[in-house]
Amino acid sequence: MTALLLLPLILPFLAPTLGRRTLDRLVPATALWVLTASALALAGACVAALGALVLTGLLKLPAFAALGELVHPLRTPSDYFVLPAAMAATGVLTLSVWTLVRSAFRQTRAFRTARTQADRRPAAGDLCVIESPDPDAYALPGRPHRIVVTTAMLRSLGPAEREALFAHERAHNRAGHHYFLAAAELAAHCHPALRATRATIRFAAERAADEAAAELTGDRRLIATAIARAALAGASPSTRPDFAPAATTGPVPQRVAALLAPARTRPRTTRRTAFLLVACTVLSVAAGAAGVVHFHHEVEVAQGEEAP
Amino acid sequence: MKDARDERRPAGELEAAVMAALWAAGAPLTPGRVQAELGSGLARTTVATILTRLHEKGVVDRERQGRGYAYFPVQDAPGLTARRMHTELDRDTDRETVLARFVAQLSPGDEQHLRRLLEGDD
Repeated sequence: MTALLLLPLILPFLAPTLGRRTLDRLVPATALWVLTASALALAGACVAALGALVLTGLLKLPAFAALGELVHPLRTPSDYFVLPAAMAATGVLTLSVWTLVRSAFRQTRAFRTARTQADRRPAAGDLCVIESPDPDAYALPGRPHRIVVTTAMLRSLGPAEREALFAHERAHNRAGHHYFLAAAELAAHCHPALRATRATIRFAAERAADEAAAELTGDRRLIATAIARAALAGASPSTRPDFAPAATTGPVPQRVAALLAPARTRPRTTRRTAFLLVACTVLSVAAGAAGVVHFHHEVEVAQGEEAP
Repeated sequence: MKDARDERRPAGELEAAVMAALWAAGAPLTPGRVQAELGSGLARTTVATILTRLHEKGVVDRERQGRGYAYFPVQDAPGLTARRMHTELDRDTDRETVLARFVAQLSPGDEQHLRRLLEGDD
């Protein structure tokens, strides 16, 4: 039954491929939801499985067995399997927690800096202009939401394109995309394969904002040219926090191409394959839950509270 | 169609659009020029109203141009200094000494700018 705990560690490796398929087959806004929820669930199952493995290993040690009030030895598969697995799980969990804490710390600091920078400047509506020779634009979540744009970016765009850019950034803020990006960030630290999914989620957020902006302005070509021009102008690194959606992140050519292509109607069968990711997630969560429940049962048995 | 849509947009978005046009231009613009720059269906009077509102907020400044005003965004660093200066002045009871010392520290460029601001005010 301990083998069930391995499934949540292996299944996330399928997520990047299935995630790209999901984004390809669904409306971007829907895909964003599906991708983010799946990534979180896969990450949760993975952490639960790792936790159970670590505990199994710990309860094998006499000191911890006494602490856990075990009266019988814990029944597990061969020690040659359980102990190395538990050690590896401990290492991976420690590493995950460390990178997560470090990333959270950095992101929060970058966000605070951006926020104070934005709050200090007088705002017209939700627009906050920063004088800078580096073209950059991003949606800054918080109360109130802001769009931060540098003067260089404003000067490299025409009036209609500026409106397109603002519509895109407002769409990010209105849909609360920063929550999705933060969730993707969290998931990426739980399993290495979910890093690729994080990139897909970022791309899905950009696509969703593009589509929302296109619908609002009623001009897909305008949004496409604005994105292209902003990307060409802003080919310089910036100091914005990673979860503040920028106007030029994601594979820009793909976004532009998607906007220029006529809206596709997808046959029902291809849409169904989009949910392979959901199936994979459900399987992973089920396996993880069964594994943890089984582990709990074994502990109860070892504590002499339940019959084997 | 387009005119109606532009006029119905939330005030914040219109302010942002006007502000962006002013920053992009890099030179003072009259309401007429702003309207032309925006290239949208906004009426000139609407643009003028937005500019007045932005001026009241202290986000843009204006200078006389012909019979009307030309507007330009408040540059952020000097704007900040101006505001900080204001609070410092309000806090200190001995206003005159603070002022005297402050002026003594100005560089020639600062002085010129102060004069221009004072001239622009009346």
